[in-house]
Amino acid sequence: MSDEQPRKISRREMLKSAGLAGAAVAFPGTLAGTTPEKTALPVLGEGTARGARSAAAPPRALQTLTVAEFEILTAIVARIIPADELGPGAREAGAMYYIDRELGGALSGQKEAYQIGLAALDRYSRYSRGRPFVELSETEQDSVLIDCQGGSATNTGAGFAGSSGQFFNMIRSHTLQGTFSDPYYGGNQDFIGWDLLRYPGVRTGVSATDQARMEAQELPPNHRSAYER
Amino acid sequence: MARRLQETDVVIVGLGAVGGLATLPLVEAGLQVVGLEAGTWLSRHDFVPDEIRNNTRDWPMLVQKAYLERPTSRATAAQNANRVGGHPMMNAVGGTTWHYWAQAWRLNPWDFRVVSETTRRYGASRIPAGSTVEDWPFGYEELEPYYDRVERETGVSGQAGNVQGTIDPRGNPFEGPRRREFPMPPLRGTAFLEHMAESARSLGWKPFPGPASINSEAYDGRPGCVYHGFCNMGGCHVDAKSGPHVTTIPKALATGRLTVVTRAHATTIEVDGEGRVAGVNYLIGSNEYFQPARAVLIAGYTYENSRILLTSTSPAYPIGLSNNHGQVGRHYFSHHQAGGVGALFPFDLKSWYGLPAQGVAVDDFADDNFDHSDLNFIGGGNLWVMSDRRPISAAGVGSYGRISRNWGSEWKAFIRDNADRTSSSYIQKTTLPYETNFLDLDPAATDSLGMPVIRITGQFKENEVAIANYVMDRMEEWYGEAGAIEVTRGGAGMGAMGPSTHAYGGTRMGDNPETNVVDRWGFSHEAPNLGVLGASVMGTSGARNPTLTAQALAWRTAQHLAESWSSIVG
Ligand SMILES: Cc1cc2nc3c(=O)[nH]c(=O)nc-3n(C[C@H](O)[C@H](O)[C@H](O)COP(=O)(O)OP(=O)(O)OC[C@H]3O[C@@H](n4cnc5c(N)ncnc54)[C@H](O)[C@@H]3O)c2cc1C
Ligand code: SF4
Repeated sequence: MSDEQPRKISRREMLKSAGLAGAAVAFPGTLAGTTPEKTALPVLGEGTARGARSAAAPPRALQTLTVAEFEILTAIVARIIPADELGPGAREAGAMYYIDRELGGALSGQKEAYQIGLAALDRYSRYSRGRPFVELSETEQDSVLIDCQGGSATNTGAGFAGSSGQFFNMIRSHTLQGTFSDPYYGGNQDFIGWDLLRYPGVRTGVSATDQARMEAQELPPNHRSAYER
Repeated sequence: MARRLQETDVVIVGLGAVGGLATLPLVEAGLQVVGLEAGTWLSRHDFVPDEIRNNTRDWPMLVQKAYLERPTSRATAAQNANRVGGHPMMNAVGGTTWHYWAQAWRLNPWDFRVVSETTRRYGASRIPAGSTVEDWPFGYEELEPYYDRVERETGVSGQAGNVQGTIDPRGNPFEGPRRREFPMPPLRGTAFLEHMAESARSLGWKPFPGPASINSEAYDGRPGCVYHGFCNMGGCHVDAKSGPHVTTIPKALATGRLTVVTRAHATTIEVDGEGRVAGVNYLIGSNEYFQPARAVLIAGYTYENSRILLTSTSPAYPIGLSNNHGQVGRHYFSHHQAGGVGALFPFDLKSWYGLPAQGVAVDDFADDNFDHSDLNFIGGGNLWVMSDRRPISAAGVGSYGRISRNWGSEWKAFIRDNADRTSSSYIQKTTLPYETNFLDLDPAATDSLGMPVIRITGQFKENEVAIANYVMDRMEEWYGEAGAIEVTRGGAGMGAMGPSTHAYGGTRMGDNPETNVVDRWGFSHEAPNLGVLGASVMGTSGARNPTLTAQALAWRTAQHLAESWSSIVG
């Protein structure tokens, strides 16, 4: 099954499998008009799932953030889940692409928080460490992020909208989503996130034999998106 | 002007767990039924194993009516009520059974007789002050045939512990006698769950696999569960979960006597000059309809059941339908879900493809299954350890204080090692109704139609907090015995109760019309051809999830309507 070529999925089938067809869809205030489905659709058809197979993730067009914002974001996600002796991290998984894309869709309510927060973080970095965030060493970047998470960057004139801790926690949870979600959403490239957790992958069924093999550490990971048929 | 439709025998408002179930006994008795459902049809093809969609973004919650009318809440009447968080009930044909966990419990016999049993064993003074708890108007034996019927009709799997008085140690020895075995064996276990069961046994406790409204093998034309790990907040892609959309509703439709109207949002119930209900007003988009009926059954879940009564005012019922005794919204309570216990183990649990209904339960500390003479509470909790894990939430687990930061290389190493090593227990506890916990209409907050939403005034009291502390101790003991290297426990919780997926009361059932909205059959004490389905009629919760009991009651109410048709519809 895993050797099959993914077949092209029609828009209708996509909507169906995405749970949209036939469902009454209404969203509350901030999410009005934007649904995960809508944002996910344009990039799915051919690209994402298959593209994710290539060894080095090719740069992709940005959908929401500016290049400067994206570079700061990339540096942050790379510190939240770093590449290290245990293997690749959130940057290699493309978590920042997930965030950029979803900020134009399901996460659009937080777009402004990102724009303000990324600028504030960079300003804080310049004030307190003398250089833009992306030019700091990893250790310095970590220390900026520690200030940010702990809230000590909040009232420094850097311009965080709420507390700097709120901003950090938002990025952290979106980094986790981008790293560990189905690659359909644009992150978790090469199944980096699932391999890191030793998650054996999405399956539509797990037989008693599969469960026994998993318990014996013998179940091979299923490197496949749920949307790949 | 509402368009007046042709009269039908029975109209049911809401085709979820209980409304969808009640269709079958009615049409089988030859009655014509119209089911008004605010949601739409869904199918197994609508669900994908996708954690972002099902869990992170809670799509069932964001999609719909239940979200737009989620109640406000406050702890006491002295406070202002706020609207916080979401409310994950589903609007669809099949209702919340699409994405619920499907644990399918019967209540234990004690739950029907809390007042008399407590008084008999410990004295009347042990009923907590301010509680409005009453005995049910009947005992477990009365509901047993309906439990049995629903288990067969829909498909429930489990291990019996008491068949006609004969105790089977593989099942729950504390359950009430059942007439026969479950229609299917319990769901498959895992090595970890077996380990937990073994640890419980070495403590002298009596573990057993819990019952589930899920096929464990092919049943009634549907396949068994394939254990794919996306059951929690996701619908079943193979129709193994036994909701009414795949069980009773298709059978009822096949008789030709059920009409399902989707996207039909019922707004109010009409009454005639004699105070009998005449039918239901509903909207499809902005089109108004009036569906006349000889009897009306409301089944819109606990909050909607009270709301639709309170908003249906008329000269006969100036403060709400069936509310001339001021009981609608009273005796409200919900399960106390704070006080969870989590554990970290030094080995992988292999829980990746589990589901919340796959687990091991201990009932030794529930209800009155243990001696309360020297304790400061009545009731207790059912301890439930399940397997349910997906990658984003697994990566989000706390570090049990083992590392200082929740990001960076050290954290990465921690989650790499421990993503599959945590377990969290689900402890269902007795909650009692109290005078000061109730539902009413919020004077300020409205839904998308501009109708007031329900306001919950409620707080867990000393009895509930004492239970939580006691059962958390037992759970810690269990995890300790099983070799957990870290255990954390939640707070016992004294704040506002908030909206719940296990919400009870508001239209309580009982013989006394001064303290109950519906009679022992589920029909209004005031408007005789109005019935209420759902946990809103339950006066006690027991220490277990509500749905199977609400379904057994719904079947009984529907059957009673059919059997007593002429005396009820007049
Ligand atoms: C995530 C989750 C897990 C759960 N797990 C369990 C479990 O393991 N075991 C258990 O016993 N219980 C569980 N529950 C609780 C269970 O889902 C409810 O007890 C049960 O669904 C209630 O049945 P109901 O028919 O009253 O409401 P629902 O099943 O919610 O159905 C109500 C239906 O009425 C419709 N409706 C409402 N208002 C109107 C209106 N005005 N007009 C027309 N239609 C209307 C709704 O659209 C809906 O379809 C869980 C709930 C959730 C959310
Ligand atoms: S775990 Fe079983 S019942 Fe639940 S959705 Fe998957 S196959 Fe269906």
